[in-house]
Amino acid sequence: MADGTGKFGVGAVHLGIPNRRQFFQLGAGAAAGWTLAGNAFAQVERPTNPPDKPRGQVIAALSQEPTVFHPLMPGIEVDQGVWWQVFSLLWFIDPAGNFVPDLAREVPTIENGGLSADGLTWKIKLRSDVKWHDGTPFTADDVKFSLELINNPDFRARSRVGHSLVKDIKVVAPDEIHWRMEAPYSPYMSILGSLTFIVPKHILEKVSDPNASPFHNAPVGTGPFRWGERVPGDHILLNAHTGYHGKGPYVERVVFKYIPDLTVLYTQFRTGQVDYTGLQGILPNFVQEAKTLKGRKIVVSSTSSVEHIAPNLEFGPFADRAVREALYLAINKQAIIDALNYGLPKQTESFVPQQAWSFQQGLPQHKYDPAKANALLDAAGWVRGSGGIREKGGVKLEFANSTTSGNAVREQTQQLLIQDWRAIGAAMRVNNMPAAVIWGDFWQQSKFNSVIVGVNFMLGSDPDVTPRFGSGSIPAKGGRGYNTYQYQSAEADRLLAEGAKQFDLSQRKATYGELQKLIRNDLAILPLFQGFIAEGVKEGLQGFRPNINTSINCWNIREWYWA
Amino acid sequence: MARYVVNRLAQAIMLLVIVSGIGFSILHLAPGGPLSQFAASAQMTQEDLDRVTKQLGLDRPLPIQYLDWFGRMVRGDWGRSYRDGEAVLSVISSHLGATLELMATATIIAVLLGCWIGVLGALRRYSLFDTLATVGAMIALSIPTFWFGLVTIYVFSVKLGWLPAGNRETVGDGSFLDLVHHLIAPAMVLALVETAMWGRFMRSSMLEVIDQDYIRTARAKGMPEWRILTVHALRNALLPMITVAGLQFPTLLGGALVAETVFTWPGMGRLFLDSIGYRDYPVVMGILMFSATMVLIGSLLADIFYAVVDPRIRVG
Repeated sequence: MADGTGKFGVGAVHLGIPNRRQFFQLGAGAAAGWTLAGNAFAQVERPTNPPDKPRGQVIAALSQEPTVFHPLMPGIEVDQGVWWQVFSLLWFIDPAGNFVPDLAREVPTIENGGLSADGLTWKIKLRSDVKWHDGTPFTADDVKFSLELINNPDFRARSRVGHSLVKDIKVVAPDEIHWRMEAPYSPYMSILGSLTFIVPKHILEKVSDPNASPFHNAPVGTGPFRWGERVPGDHILLNAHTGYHGKGPYVERVVFKYIPDLTVLYTQFRTGQVDYTGLQGILPNFVQEAKTLKGRKIVVSSTSSVEHIAPNLEFGPFADRAVREALYLAINKQAIIDALNYGLPKQTESFVPQQAWSFQQGLPQHKYDPAKANALLDAAGWVRGSGGIREKGGVKLEFANSTTSGNAVREQTQQLLIQDWRAIGAAMRVNNMPAAVIWGDFWQQSKFNSVIVGVNFMLGSDPDVTPRFGSGSIPAKGGRGYNTYQYQSAEADRLLAEGAKQFDLSQRKATYGELQKLIRNDLAILPLFQGFIAEGVKEGLQGFRPNINTSINCWNIREWYWA
Repeated sequence: MARYVVNRLAQAIMLLVIVSGIGFSILHLAPGGPLSQFAASAQMTQEDLDRVTKQLGLDRPLPIQYLDWFGRMVRGDWGRSYRDGEAVLSVISSHLGATLELMATATIIAVLLGCWIGVLGALRRYSLFDTLATVGAMIALSIPTFWFGLVTIYVFSVKLGWLPAGNRETVGDGSFLDLVHHLIAPAMVLALVETAMWGRFMRSSMLEVIDQDYIRTARAKGMPEWRILTVHALRNALLPMITVAGLQFPTLLGGALVAETVFTWPGMGRLFLDSIGYRDYPVVMGILMFSATMVLIGSLLADIFYAVVDPRIRVG
């Protein structure tokens, strides 16, 4: 939960888990979404009295520059800010976790016949009143083209996870499309509802190179805003698409202003040059001051990212679970949260965000207990050697910890960790690197000892973490995925395989609940806290709704308007 | 003279080839790559990354990549940005105007102000003005541009509200006055160090000249002081400044990089920084080659101009 006061209150949320019937009424895809009745985000700033026609402009400041405008190509979070305005999805996931039809007339379920009982046949009914920004009608051919483009071997598609299972796509009518899945894969509902934006066939089928065309820098979509202009290194301007098929847009223009330095970004927000601070938002050290600014509103909200210490489980001491547990017990998490993060984030024990339907309540809670950590290491045979550093069988309890250099809060966290762990006879040294280095082979090929990192483990809103924790997903061992921890568990593999083919919410909740217990028990990661973001909105700007199911909170600018 | 120019040109081309080889190697041998930023994405798997790497040709041996890039570059194809797919030359040209605008304004301020301070300091050696100018120059040279930029924003934008806190223009305005309004603060910040440098160089150069015999002779002949200064002293004192001007480009570019970041100025400096962070190899190499060419042209022009005004250089 988030509000203008900056309190999370995530512990007070109520998991509104529907029964099977309710589940299918929501859409079978709800199996992959949030069903958070108590999520205050949904109630924040919902437009109540928008203008009759678009009025004014919004300047949204971003600390990274959007540069990828083809929404199916590799891009970063900030690019999504533009995709959400220019393009549309078949359905999207709202802040409460519901799948909301967009280009589709309804979300396919087993009950409405959109999904076969075995999850293999998908039948999607589409809206027939949608037009591309150039006036061409949107049809099922565009959906077919988009899905086929993703699987085109010559196209630099961002990801084919889920899409590669799609076979025999048939356009039944201009407003209806069917396909078959090679295997049941329930997370696909969430994948389609998060980042699978539909692109125009009538434009892209004519280009000779699908990876480079004028479309890439002047995209045409069906979204609420049309492409205006881009001044590289400075801003992107989008104009209202008055023929938009949904609600809004209520502002004439959106300007995405690129301001790389977060201090400068905050200053421009403070002086009123920008109306909204997005993506990385406001630095925690400015939040208290920002709340006192007149005419500005600060919204602190949770994100799906989980800040954690990633141990390389194949590295010497970390292979011993007792070591991982002792290290975890010795972390003064609350000090990290209070002293370095201004008390804004909440502790967590899971890789699943606490607002998700799949979040497992009642996981063992972390307790800062150096005495217990010491006892645990003593019992496991790790004895203190020269300099007070423990060792066992010739292996010293010393390791490096890495993170992105220049990230002040994480670097300070490392200093606290060094002290915490020295107290139990573990020696940690810092080995930081620039982002382009650390997240390359060093991370992907598990060349690290340990890393401090924030990861969004969810696939859209789905808790399928096969790429993160599946035994076959270890890149250092030739696997397909991001299991850089090198975590291997036959039980985890079984649960992951089971969860991905289940379409019943209660079953899925049980499966992923078991998985969270397992990962917590194995301490495959040492969670610190759930990510958060503090964003500034100029007073009078209505409609801002943080959405934990998207990577960027300016997902719904179509609903924004000036009071 | 023609032979001198041809020799210098040949040297410049050789230097460019060396710069390209070293630059390409360092950039590609540095750990990390253009796809590392996608590592945190829950959607992209290692398989996806490998596929995209192959599609971009980044899996080929480095010498092959270099020869391919070099061959295309000399034919005028500088490649496409990995970030937005735009042609590199187009990316550079879209940022060049903003940087030139900033650098030109800062240079004009620095040259006029610096020369004035330098000349006056030399003429009134050890006076209060000279002492203040010397101390001021030392301070200016010691102040980090980034810090000075932030202070400028704090004072003139946050506290006084006189100047915008950044950007090149107000979106939707773009009038001449609006542009000037936005240009004042970054140009002032960028000009600070330049002014100090020009002032110090000018003072030294002027001091050297006004102690020369021909100045004394001119004075002895009763020539008016203003004529001695402008026709004899200043003219000769400015001669070494040609070299200074020719070599100022890299310094200016470095300063512009910082000023552009602080003032969110959409220029080349920031593009360079962004591109390095992203490991956008084609754009980084493009900027590197462009900057190296500019520096060499600046140096070449300075040498040629110097040779024109001082024939001893050609002979030497």
